[in-house]
Amino acid sequence: MMIHRRTALLGLAASWTLGRSSLAFAGPAGGPDDPRLVVILLRGALDGLSAVTPYGDADLKTHRRDLVLPEPGQEGGLLDLGGFYGLHPSLQTLHALYREEQMLPVHAVAGHYRSRSHFEAQDYLESGADNRLNSGWLNRAVASLQGKTNRPDGYGLAMGLTIPLLLRGSARVGSYAPAGSQHPGEDLYHQISALNASDPVTGPAFKNALKARGFSDAAMTGMQTSSISGKPHKPDAFTQLSTAAGQMLSTLHGPRIAALEIGGWDTHAAQLGRLGSPLAQLDRGIEALRQSLGENWKHTVVLAMTEFGRTVRMNGTGGTDHGTGTVTFLAGGAVAGGKVGGTWPGLRPSQLFENRDLAPTTDLRAVAAGVLCDHLHLPPQALATVFPGPRTDPMKGLITSA
Amino acid sequence: MQLVSAINRFGWGQRDDSPLDTSLHDWLSRQLDAPDTAVFRNVRSCSEGLIALREQRRAKMQGDPLVTPIFQADVAAQLDNLLLTEQPFRERLAWFWLNHFTVSLRQGSTKAVLGTYMREAIRPHVTGRFSDMLLAVMRHPAMLMYLDNTSSIGPNSPAGRKSHHGLNENLARECLELHTVSPAAGYSQTDVTSFAAILTGWSIDMKAEQPGFVFREKAHEPGEKTVMGQTFPEGEDGGVQALHFLGTHPATYRHIATQMVGHFISDTPAPQDVSHIASVLQNSDGDLRAASLALATLHDTNRTGSKFRTPMDYATAVMRALSLGGKPSQPDDPHSPAHVLYAAFSSLGQPLWKAPLPNGWSDSAAEWSAPADMLARTDWAWRLAAHVQTGDPMEIAHIALGPALRPQTELAMHHAGSRQDALTLLFSSPEFQRR
Repeated sequence: MMIHRRTALLGLAASWTLGRSSLAFAGPAGGPDDPRLVVILLRGALDGLSAVTPYGDADLKTHRRDLVLPEPGQEGGLLDLGGFYGLHPSLQTLHALYREEQMLPVHAVAGHYRSRSHFEAQDYLESGADNRLNSGWLNRAVASLQGKTNRPDGYGLAMGLTIPLLLRGSARVGSYAPAGSQHPGEDLYHQISALNASDPVTGPAFKNALKARGFSDAAMTGMQTSSISGKPHKPDAFTQLSTAAGQMLSTLHGPRIAALEIGGWDTHAAQLGRLGSPLAQLDRGIEALRQSLGENWKHTVVLAMTEFGRTVRMNGTGGTDHGTGTVTFLAGGAVAGGKVGGTWPGLRPSQLFENRDLAPTTDLRAVAAGVLCDHLHLPPQALATVFPGPRTDPMKGLITSA
Repeated sequence: MQLVSAINRFGWGQRDDSPLDTSLHDWLSRQLDAPDTAVFRNVRSCSEGLIALREQRRAKMQGDPLVTPIFQADVAAQLDNLLLTEQPFRERLAWFWLNHFTVSLRQGSTKAVLGTYMREAIRPHVTGRFSDMLLAVMRHPAMLMYLDNTSSIGPNSPAGRKSHHGLNENLARECLELHTVSPAAGYSQTDVTSFAAILTGWSIDMKAEQPGFVFREKAHEPGEKTVMGQTFPEGEDGGVQALHFLGTHPATYRHIATQMVGHFISDTPAPQDVSHIASVLQNSDGDLRAASLALATLHDTNRTGSKFRTPMDYATAVMRALSLGGKPSQPDDPHSPAHVLYAAFSSLGQPLWKAPLPNGWSDSAAEWSAPADMLARTDWAWRLAAHVQTGDPMEIAHIALGPALRPQTELAMHHAGSRQDALTLLFSSPEFQRR
């Protein structure tokens, strides 16, 4: 375990980080009509059954009655996705995009690995392999794109923390990190404060420190975006990053591929109340991407993916534990949306994976490969390099043929 | 694993490769019985540092162009030792005694020789006699510069009568107050003045081919002097005798026993613990090896106290827990492990070798646990943890804390959504703030 040298980072990459979300870029100098790809890593394992709820499956409520929202049309209910699935009501933008046929959830996906450790699974997800590699599949994809692998300079200002493994590797990537934002997000601070609460020395210290930090954060209201929906409130960190990403992907010779990450998904307790906030953040971030990409949105695919799903059954604390199958989202003008992709495995106990998790029916790599081949025009023979190990057949029909 | 908490107390934080298959007493005594294994690559001697300083002054150079590389080489070498040492107890003792005999960059031209001060005056004596360390410290150019003794001149010496310059009591006063007998011994202003007169002439010859300590006969106050009822002859030997007298004084043993118990056992040393260590020192003629090992026995019998990590303790322990370091740090590489650590000491409030005053850095929790301090630790750890790309945070937690790891912390880490968050929780837990 060696600390990565900044000197190495400067030439190759860096990243823009705000709170628990961060952003890094990869990609060639491009023309205006180049395809854009934004990959959003949802770190912490999103409960796919809550994000895209199969309310038409009669077995659902036998496992998690208290976690299921009312059916579409009822107050606070799901947003309908064609009669069997319903979208979480926090995902308004994604629902609007679905109706414009620009949003495609793929259900019952999982990586090819079977690990319930966040850290291992995230490593494998980003490596695109059954083991941890030193480079990520997105970087190897960039490296496999003809003539686009080594832009001479990194894009933007290198002040950042780290590049996600997803984007590490031989292809050059640029990056950003605004000063003053290099600290944990509110959620982690609160966990830390709770961890210290009973300590006579550190308990009061953390409590007072967070109070002070809260005041100072409120005092220095950060950058104002060209307001989404005209509201004057301060955009959250992920929205700020998404806006910045969209702007940079829109510059004439700028990057064409970006990776962002957002946490807050690890809902082991009180899931019903806790999941709305990160979902709404994700939704606002995608709206910000759409706004800031402007005309380029039609050339864009946003792929949001998480390391694994969560248990089908609710646990003893109103939450769910680490599982397997989950949902992944594709959104953007280039997405063949307006439907839900994947094969529904069913929720009868015999249909569950190890009698606890949603059984995966689609390999997440196949989804990614479908985007790489049909959207970025990655040569099919490069797939063996991008996703080493067993052959990956790219999923078809994800991208509009226009 | 039972040893981990003691190893944290007596060392610099558990590192994955440290051996654990031994008793505490054996683990500690082995480190003190073996020769010092610290490695100092590319560092310069005291004379070389002084030559660099002399050249800078002669050519009126700005910005320390000759001294800085010498200083940086020592920073890299000394901090690499902190991260990698196989003798963490010996290493902690060395930094403890350096703090006891503080020399700071904040005063004087000590930058050129501070590294050699640690290597030449402190380290060779951490398992030897206290009075030998005292003598080495008082003759070292770093201390003579820091506490102004080079400009102290006996008023009745030939140099004093010619220049009308006189005594500077700084070194004499701090030696009595901080280094040896302490005010508890009840010395008077007359004792301070007499001791300062004894030390006149203890200076640095900057003009010599090999610059270094010199006794300037012509600046030395003539005649016998009396300190705390004891009379010492004129000349350099009078100073050596006075330092031996002070360095073996019962009040000194009591004072340094208090410091040692404060550092290793508790912020509020129990009188019986202090008496015990003082008696070990008294009975062994000031043997620091014996006193250091007696601390381990105290720790074994009285495990109730806890010691809060200073910023230096904390940052070092975090980096050791992450197994950072390994290859020697290049002095001019700002991203080397030693420089990451150096920057951390600064940003967490304890910049290396920059204690504000001659009494050194505080040893108590109250000094280091302000709200802003705690948040600075968390934010720093979070930024560092972003770079950790491999390893199981749980395994790191168990190695670093052993049985001190609370189930609550383990649970929070287990539920963390990323490696970075899990490690930040570990390094922000109350148990990690202690050693």
